[in-house]
Amino acid sequence: MSLLDLLKKIPFSTRVVGGLYLAVLVLGVVNGFSIATLISASLHFFGVWAIFALANVPSIQSGTGPNFALPIGIVNGLLAMVLVLAAGFTGIVFIIVASVAAIVFGSLSGYLYGRLMNAVKGSEMAIAPYTGFAITAAFGLVWLAIPINHPNMVFFLGDGLRHQIPLDYFGANLILANFLYFELFGMQVRTGELLVVFVACLLMYLFFRTKAGIAISAVGRNPLFAKATGINVDRSRVIANMMSTAIAAFGVVVYAQGFGFIQLYDFPMFMAFPAIAGIVVGGASKQRANVTNVVVGTFLFQGLIAIVLPVFSRALAGTDVAGVVNQIRMVVQNGIILYALAQMSKGGK
Amino acid sequence: MSRNLLEFKGVSKNYSGNQVLNDVSFDIRPGEIHALIGENGAGKSTLMNILFGMPVIHTTGGYEGEMELNGEKMEVTSPFDAMALGIGMVHQEFMLIPGFTIAENIKLNREIEKDNTVNKITSTLFGKRMKTLDFKQMNKDARIALDKLDMSIEEFTLVKGLPIGYMQFVEIAREIDKTGLKLLVLDEPTAVLTESEAESLLKAMRSISKRGIAIIFISHRLNEIIAAADRVTILRDGELVITKDVKDTNTLEIAEYMVGRKVSIERTSQQRELSDEIKLTVKGLRVAMPNERVKGVSFEVRKGEIFGIGGLAGQGKLGIANGIMGMYEAKGEVTMGDVALPLNDTRKMLDSGLSFVSEDRKEVGLLVEKAIDYNIMFTAMNIKSEFLNAFKMTDKKKIRKHARKMIEMLDIRCTSEKQHTGRLSGGNQQKVCVARALTQKPTILFVSEPTRGIDIGAKKLILDLLLELSRDQGMTIIMTSSELAELCSICDRIAIICEGEVAGILPPDASPTKFGLLMSGIKDLEGGQA
Repeated sequence: MSLLDLLKKIPFSTRVVGGLYLAVLVLGVVNGFSIATLISASLHFFGVWAIFALANVPSIQSGTGPNFALPIGIVNGLLAMVLVLAAGFTGIVFIIVASVAAIVFGSLSGYLYGRLMNAVKGSEMAIAPYTGFAITAAFGLVWLAIPINHPNMVFFLGDGLRHQIPLDYFGANLILANFLYFELFGMQVRTGELLVVFVACLLMYLFFRTKAGIAISAVGRNPLFAKATGINVDRSRVIANMMSTAIAAFGVVVYAQGFGFIQLYDFPMFMAFPAIAGIVVGGASKQRANVTNVVVGTFLFQGLIAIVLPVFSRALAGTDVAGVVNQIRMVVQNGIILYALAQMSKGGK
Repeated sequence: MSRNLLEFKGVSKNYSGNQVLNDVSFDIRPGEIHALIGENGAGKSTLMNILFGMPVIHTTGGYEGEMELNGEKMEVTSPFDAMALGIGMVHQEFMLIPGFTIAENIKLNREIEKDNTVNKITSTLFGKRMKTLDFKQMNKDARIALDKLDMSIEEFTLVKGLPIGYMQFVEIAREIDKTGLKLLVLDEPTAVLTESEAESLLKAMRSISKRGIAIIFISHRLNEIIAAADRVTILRDGELVITKDVKDTNTLEIAEYMVGRKVSIERTSQQRELSDEIKLTVKGLRVAMPNERVKGVSFEVRKGEIFGIGGLAGQGKLGIANGIMGMYEAKGEVTMGDVALPLNDTRKMLDSGLSFVSEDRKEVGLLVEKAIDYNIMFTAMNIKSEFLNAFKMTDKKKIRKHARKMIEMLDIRCTSEKQHTGRLSGGNQQKVCVARALTQKPTILFVSEPTRGIDIGAKKLILDLLLELSRDQGMTIIMTSSELAELCSICDRIAIICEGEVAGILPPDASPTKFGLLMSGIKDLEGGQA
């Protein structure tokens, strides 16, 4: 009885995706995977995606809606990393300097983006995705034209940066992931990465208990109330979008070290959707989001994506349909994104 | 056979226990202009909703009493029934399509069709949907309707860009064009018109009524009623006061009937001695608040005074506080003592010690999904950085302690200080709004419609509290209210706003007639006083 009540308190979208996750987990175990392997894969995806999902909290809370222009933050983070690498930094120093630069670049771009969002009040959700697409495309030219000649960064033939810059060459591969890394019953725990996520979430939680944070969430809940209590509505929205963009810029540093590559060109284009789907799966709506939504939703959604591929590969091995495994993963991923966006548009519960 | 066109017989209506119409009976004769007048909330709109069978009536339990049309009991369960019976209405908001011509608007959804070659073939498939519109005939009909209104404008002009006065005529022409129209309801038709436009509207009304169509003319402009109407019916607090022939009455009498002598709230204090110190000066204030436009208002408020602002809805009384507090764009001069205050800057106003309890509790006054304590501390936290701990984060203990104090002081009925304000009753929500304003410790407090929609007990408590704040703490209070009785019960002086300007400032014991006349925009009272 009390268990059922508890279950009812869990947001519907979380229950749906949580159920799917458990189902795939069971299917995996039936097919001979150890639970530890599957959870490890899930934790890995969670670690690299959580910051992106977290970036949506301030923008949602401020009433601007989810940050569909996440690519703006991401290209800023990429630019920061590229410049810091070109300046000769490597290893953990590279990560730290790049993170600081990413946050600075992200804040500046976020300021402009926030101004844009104020100018198009009411149609943020239509303008934002295309702002992200446009910036990604524009930066495609930047990567080609940027005067960097580092042999490990440019194309083998001709000018311009590579599509993927391996961090191996710079001693920065998995550097956070390997910090205090340990295994528990065969489960791989990337302590450093998870620690970064935890600290970021904690800071976000604390921020929304400060005056500035409370002002932002009041603006999102009721702009008229906010105005009547002396809050500068437009300024609060700009601050929220600066934070959002800066966090996304930092997020891509964590993402790059987690996968071992800096990915350029079209990579940022569709990064906003999985991040937003994650937070919505965790129970956020287009007006409400908190740190719990980020953690629970991203783990379930990215965790599911992480295990679908190996589990179905093995489950379907030797059958006629073995070739469609990647399609299945795409269907699951985009299906959940679609579901999440639909949930959000109806107000989300 | 009765000689009445329409008869209301003992019509009553209550919305979940709140009696808004009580046993109203009167009749409308064929071809007369019958004025209907009353303050806001007197029941005019409810009565019209019943006449038109609006869903809001039938989803809330229907009404009591009956209506007769030409001596036969009338069953109206939807606006379509009313239309079929020959009752038409012109609303305050125009329902016109700007990109269509006048004729098209007049004939909207009642278009005249004719056959064409294609239609003859496809009619078996699509029915009459493929018929061609007969523009010639439609224009001809529109012309006739416009001519009846003495309107010379071409029927094929686009509605877009027409002056507002003309749009009103197009609306009326649409109703006239309907065959069998017997009764036309005009709801505040002159409110949006210029003087000369209003003049020609009144002329048109008379020419319509000469053709045998009766008109129910809802207005608060007494002069127009005297000029145009044959009879006038006055409603007050849901009850019929009287129906009179206009030739047997005058503006003074109608004003008195309209306002009445409401003694529901006793005045507790006598006229007080106030200091001569001017606390707040407002000069030439103009505020762009939609539907409550302020067009140049000046007044002075003394220290510790309770200054009332009254007037009918839509005349601009609500715009004053909203404009000063920066909620809507404002122009003019506001000075506190001898310090000029910056307009359009809510933050600076709050910093200067002004506070505002909005008339719109749910949209402006509260965060309905947040707890009582959070709502109460909000402004003080934001403006004065109170309720924060050493780390500049909200101090839950301090917030809770203060909220409990306020809950006790204002007798806020709630389960605890953690209850969401959205779940409270209107009166208790209002108390939370007042508590937030008081937490800010203001020197000047604006309260708008403090007792709207709340029960009599809470009403008294809030009014007593305002009186106490002014008497014991010397707080200067500017109270805006639609309820004259409530203004009279605690205010030291009352300014009546009409058409965005101060019509006059009266003491609370002035006669209801004077208030009524000022509300209707008649400044020069007979007898010489202003």
